[in-house]
Amino acid sequence: MSNNKPRTLFEKVWDSHVVQRKENYPDVLYIDTHFIHEVTSPQAFNGLRGRGIQLARVDQTWGTADHNVPTKDQHLPIKEALSRHQVETLTKNCDEFGVKLYGLGHPFQGIVHVIGPELGVTQPGKTIVCGDSHTSTHGAFGSIAFGIGTSQVEQVMSSQCTLQNKPKAMRIVVDGELQEGVSAKDIVLYIISKLSASGGTGYFIEFAGSAIRNLSMEGRMTVCNMSIEMGARGGIIAPDQTTFDYLEGREFSPKGEEWEKSVAYWSSLPTDEGATFDAEFVYNAADIAPMVTYGTNPGMGVGVDSSVPTPESESDKKALEYMGLEEGESLIGKPIDYVFIGSCTNARIEDLRAVAEFVKGKKKADGVNVWIVPGSKQVEKQAIAEGLDKVYAEAGFELREPGCSACLGMNEDKVPAGLYCISTSNRNFEGRQGPGARTLLASPLTAAAAAVNGHIVDIRKELTTA
Amino acid sequence: MKYIKSTCVPLNIENVDTDQIIPARFLKATTKEGFGDNLFRDWRYDKQEQPIADFVLNQDTYKGEVLVAGKNFGCGSSREHAAWAIGDYGFKIVVSSFFADIFKGNALNNGILPLVVSEEFLAELFADIEADPSTSLEVDLETQKAWISGKEDNKQSFEIDDYKKMCLINGYDDIDYLLSLKDEIAKYEANRAYTFNV
Repeated sequence: MSNNKPRTLFEKVWDSHVVQRKENYPDVLYIDTHFIHEVTSPQAFNGLRGRGIQLARVDQTWGTADHNVPTKDQHLPIKEALSRHQVETLTKNCDEFGVKLYGLGHPFQGIVHVIGPELGVTQPGKTIVCGDSHTSTHGAFGSIAFGIGTSQVEQVMSSQCTLQNKPKAMRIVVDGELQEGVSAKDIVLYIISKLSASGGTGYFIEFAGSAIRNLSMEGRMTVCNMSIEMGARGGIIAPDQTTFDYLEGREFSPKGEEWEKSVAYWSSLPTDEGATFDAEFVYNAADIAPMVTYGTNPGMGVGVDSSVPTPESESDKKALEYMGLEEGESLIGKPIDYVFIGSCTNARIEDLRAVAEFVKGKKKADGVNVWIVPGSKQVEKQAIAEGLDKVYAEAGFELREPGCSACLGMNEDKVPAGLYCISTSNRNFEGRQGPGARTLLASPLTAAAAAVNGHIVDIRKELTTA
Repeated sequence: MKYIKSTCVPLNIENVDTDQIIPARFLKATTKEGFGDNLFRDWRYDKQEQPIADFVLNQDTYKGEVLVAGKNFGCGSSREHAAWAIGDYGFKIVVSSFFADIFKGNALNNGILPLVVSEEFLAELFADIEADPSTSLEVDLETQKAWISGKEDNKQSFEIDDYKKMCLINGYDDIDYLLSLKDEIAKYEANRAYTFNV
């Protein structure tokens, strides 16, 4: 490896974490930060017990409970026996192995991909893993972050390393100005609709261009969060002043001299001029409309003012059948039963603020259930401090307690079979929000506007008439 | 696993995500066993918990240790429970023209071979199974070749890295391997150019 060759951000971070590289073997990759939660860790802890070993680096491991937690009455025991058991198992395991845990009732509890950044644990240049595919979120800070299976959770617990084949490098550039009402969620849904749900498989994607640089950290996290939905191992964005401003002063951010040294190091990470990628795509931000999905994978999305496209395969036909939608049907005007604003994609304070700003003085349509679920206790606290809870209450929106909620059917928050939910989460898979539930993915603003109107609308028109 | 010959179960659907392989509500177990009963649960059983007749796992015509699936199998959630469910049900190989990365890794870590074949080979395999459900697939891990029984002249080569091949053949354990590198890992930690504030 020549030191003079221009390198990508991804290469710099990856190569500095390789403990061992052998031809035709996976790299032994050192992990700086390991997040664990209740769903994908119990079998790994059992594995450690079976071998009679401890965690290699308990100080680099952080636990939270998120997938199974109820979003109402969190002070009471979890009603559902299996969920309760899984959360209790996490607590017992963390106690036994000495892992710090932000479980139910802790002021730092929340969705793993929301709390990592807000606590300043997520930092540029780190390698970060979790037994959860949306670990890709943390790449927004210029770290290499990706989801792993439980066997790999056990690898990291026992050795602080994981065996990984180095992915190929892709760059996606989005340049220009977004239209009013178009946000980070629309950018990423647009990219996935162009590349398909498998278009990024085998790659790690660097997002670049002026439209990406102009995003807030929250927006960048939304984009990286959904890089997994195009099959990529992860997404990454070069750290810059926006990143440093976000991290400064957070609970676990470096302080004092350590901070200065960190910023200097982080500033050396962005992709060098002349570095090459295995694939590159360029999009114009002005072409992006507010997006809505109509099918059963996140690649099946269109601009809200477009109609449902003609199915190209048997799988596409099956998706439309499941969704109860016809080809050529307009999405604008489609009635909605549920609105879910939350999940690791869009449950940060900025998302909650955008929704509150839009609905202020408005009311939800009759017959629509609207759930606002903060991503963490800290987001919830901040929302209440800013009076967003009152805005929601006046609009008839329900502010619940933090957790993964209606993103996936592991907790009590499910959408009934056959009903339509416009959701800010990341997956519209069959049954994802409950058996038979029909999910349409969209941005927080588009979801809020649907809540007010009772059907899908073009947010751009709502903003100009407001 | 060195050589396998088996009849196949065809699932000709693209973009099968891990939420379909094992729905989220079945992820609450704290052990690795028993997931096979809920493999493809919502495609396999109706709301009254009755088997759905036209779903392939409910048809006696198709049996075997090989699941043949459409393009982009295993996308979505990283849940290893999907691989556990497939293994627990009795599949040893999943064939497709394209697998999602995390699923592929999870399958290999559980002794299941995610066998990548060309679009043409996959289409031929589906057609042969449809014409004759007793069609068998043969896989030789040593030479990295797969073929439809009776069609030895059309062998598909497949990729697998040496390490994973060794693991599958010998049932070798990743964690034993990583633990054997303890000194190298300690050396890495001591020499890190930059110590993060962890």
